[in-house]
Amino acid sequence: MKENILIIGGGIAGLEAAGQLTELGYKPIIIEKSDHLGGHVADWNCLFPDMTPAQEVVGRLISRASDANIFLNTEISFVNRLKDSYNIMLSNGISIITKIILFTTGFSVFDAARKEEYGYGVYDQVMTNRDLEHWFNTGDDRRVNDCAMNAVGFVHCVGSRDEKARNPQCSKVCCITAIKQAIELKQKFPEAMVYCFYMDLRMFGKKYEDFYIAAQRDYGVRFIRGRVSEVSENIDGRVIVKAEDTLSGKPLKVTLDLLVLMAGMVCSPDSTRAANMAGLPLDSDGFLKSRDNVADIIESPREGVFYAGACTGPKTVPETLAEARAAALKIHLYITKGMK
Amino acid sequence: MIYQGKQKIWADYQKEIPDNHWFYVRSCIRQNFFPGAEKMFLEICRNLLGRDFFETEYHTTCGGIAYHCDTIPQETVMTIVARQFALMTEAGYENYVASCITSFGNYTEIIETWREFPELETKIRELLWKACRREFKIPKYLAHASDLIYKYRNEIAARAKYRLINRHTGEPLKAVEHIGCHYAKMFPSRGVGGAEYPYVLAGMIEAWGGNVIDYPERRHCCGYGFRQYHVKANRGYSLSNTHKKFESMEPYHPDFILTNCPGCPYFMDRWQYVIAETEGKTYGENGYGIPVLTYEELASLVLGYDPWDIGLQLHQVAVEPLLDKIGIEYDPKAKYLGLDEKDLMKPELPGVLRCC
Amino acid sequence: MDFGFKISPSSTINLDLVDTGKFEELHRLEPDVYKCMACGSCSSACPAGNFSGMSLRKVILALQRGKEKDAVSMLKNCMLCGKCSMVCPRGINTRHLILSVCRIYGEDQV
Repeated sequence: MKENILIIGGGIAGLEAAGQLTELGYKPIIIEKSDHLGGHVADWNCLFPDMTPAQEVVGRLISRASDANIFLNTEISFVNRLKDSYNIMLSNGISIITKIILFTTGFSVFDAARKEEYGYGVYDQVMTNRDLEHWFNTGDDRRVNDCAMNAVGFVHCVGSRDEKARNPQCSKVCCITAIKQAIELKQKFPEAMVYCFYMDLRMFGKKYEDFYIAAQRDYGVRFIRGRVSEVSENIDGRVIVKAEDTLSGKPLKVTLDLLVLMAGMVCSPDSTRAANMAGLPLDSDGFLKSRDNVADIIESPREGVFYAGACTGPKTVPETLAEARAAALKIHLYITKGMK
Repeated sequence: MIYQGKQKIWADYQKEIPDNHWFYVRSCIRQNFFPGAEKMFLEICRNLLGRDFFETEYHTTCGGIAYHCDTIPQETVMTIVARQFALMTEAGYENYVASCITSFGNYTEIIETWREFPELETKIRELLWKACRREFKIPKYLAHASDLIYKYRNEIAARAKYRLINRHTGEPLKAVEHIGCHYAKMFPSRGVGGAEYPYVLAGMIEAWGGNVIDYPERRHCCGYGFRQYHVKANRGYSLSNTHKKFESMEPYHPDFILTNCPGCPYFMDRWQYVIAETEGKTYGENGYGIPVLTYEELASLVLGYDPWDIGLQLHQVAVEPLLDKIGIEYDPKAKYLGLDEKDLMKPELPGVLRCC
Repeated sequence: MDFGFKISPSSTINLDLVDTGKFEELHRLEPDVYKCMACGSCSSACPAGNFSGMSLRKVILALQRGKEKDAVSMLKNCMLCGKCSMVCPRGINTRHLILSVCRIYGEDQV
């Protein structure tokens, strides 16, 4: 089938959709701004709740999508809206005329340095969830390697549920990610005290609550309900964390060897840029606006433009993959029913 | 500590400070606590650096203390402030600089409030007109006096007679900088360097050769807190906050503390005496306290003014150990001699805190 | 010298200073103690709680915050009726837990 289908973003949503469309007999085009496929998941080590290696998931997706036309290191330069199609100029000089675009542009990790009070980039022993995954993958980070690791803290909701950071929504995956990473650290450093500072724990997904109970019961991770208000560095380079222990109604402080900030998800600036060029609206949360947030999450308000994954809001890996499959089917039906 | 990380944040919070032509208003209390500070500010800015700073004897309090003690309504504070702005307008100035941090916070807050609620500004204009037939323009630029010394820091460094270097060891002096709460905590973008890692005083210390200490309770309030101090039943809270800061900075052995607020240097200076008397604990070397300076006093010291001419004898904590470290010459016998060698009389020495 | 005011004691919980030794001992006897998620079911159902300030949720928290005496004095009001074990959604054997706390932290031990 010769219909052009352009998939913007080679993360897991783009790969899954491309794999499905290939099986349906199409030859979709994937453009990816970075030099590798798999997006954020490719940078991750293991995935909750079964500790599936992220590389396995990404590897499978890439091999299924291998028949697609894939352009790495490529961005959209501009979009011309024609009568019933789009003329899209890519940064590599190629232009594509297509009636069907799938946005799988994903999210950006919130820049934790913007929460100045947590001292990311200022204090030596502060890192993000993403940095910790990098350490799990490579073992290379002096923040973990060069210290005693007697006490570690996780700060939930960094740049999420935070109106001042202009990000009032919940990023959905950080609670369970914190629990996953806390368990992994406990496995590596069984003697360390591991604290999670949370406002609410949102254990909505399959087996999440079991994971949470395991963190408490089997690993002794300590959960402190209170948002970290301020972090400082003491004379020996460790960090002092202040929060309220809201369950006892008292201020609380603790000295930690490592502090991990659970940076949330925000709409990626590239996603916003591409949406602007294609004339697509943003929702009040800053992510791309779907035709309907209940029934038509994968459809944009524009004919022929579809969404999958975290470009419309924070999503888990299985949710993203399910949306990618749904979008592939939707595109197939759209084509077979004569583009109406 | 990653210094570049702080520099990145400082770059985000650079405020525009015009170089010249300022309307200067004093603090209610600084002339009693640190009588040389404001005089030296004008001396340095006007006479040494040749800038135009205008002040008028007709200006009053900004109402900040009463406002923060909950004793006057907001409209009253705003009308007082409107009158100050009217004095600036009448004098033909557009840049307004306050000596007091709480005033600075007060002005910032009021200008912001008027921006959000223009009907309130209209009401205050009416009230001011009814009260004293004056009209005003909102200042084009609002600064705290420490913003100006920060701005002139390199000029001061170029003329400095002394550097903030320990002459016995050759090492930079270790300095604690303490920023008044109302400088940037309410409006982080209005402070040089923002609210979490303010640069206004750190910049001076660096320019003059010292090293800034970042200790865990750096951002904590000095303890003044208006009602915490003014209501005697609460005074223990004031003392406790100061104590908390000193306990936190103690391991770093600071050589001095630099402040930019009227209340902070006063309480960090005087409470060292109270802590010494009640707890038997002192924080400086050999039973001394840690000297606490205003930014004007520090600028004057590096510029080579006589310590007793700038009012350092009115500090509770003796400044002599610091003067000795920098190598500043002073006459111990002249400490309590005022203008024309007038005998100011020696204060009674405390029991625990060593004061020469 | 008496100035009529003095340094106020801090109410801050400093986790650096909390000795967790006894809580670890409790955890060995009662692994489920870590499972408490502070929902408060036990406290709201407790017949002693309304009148005496007894709250098993607070006892578990106090033990982890180094406030062992508070915990033990709360527990004195427990009548071991077992209502808390009926309502606990995490299935903690609360009566058994209370007895273990008393054994480890009982007055002569604290």
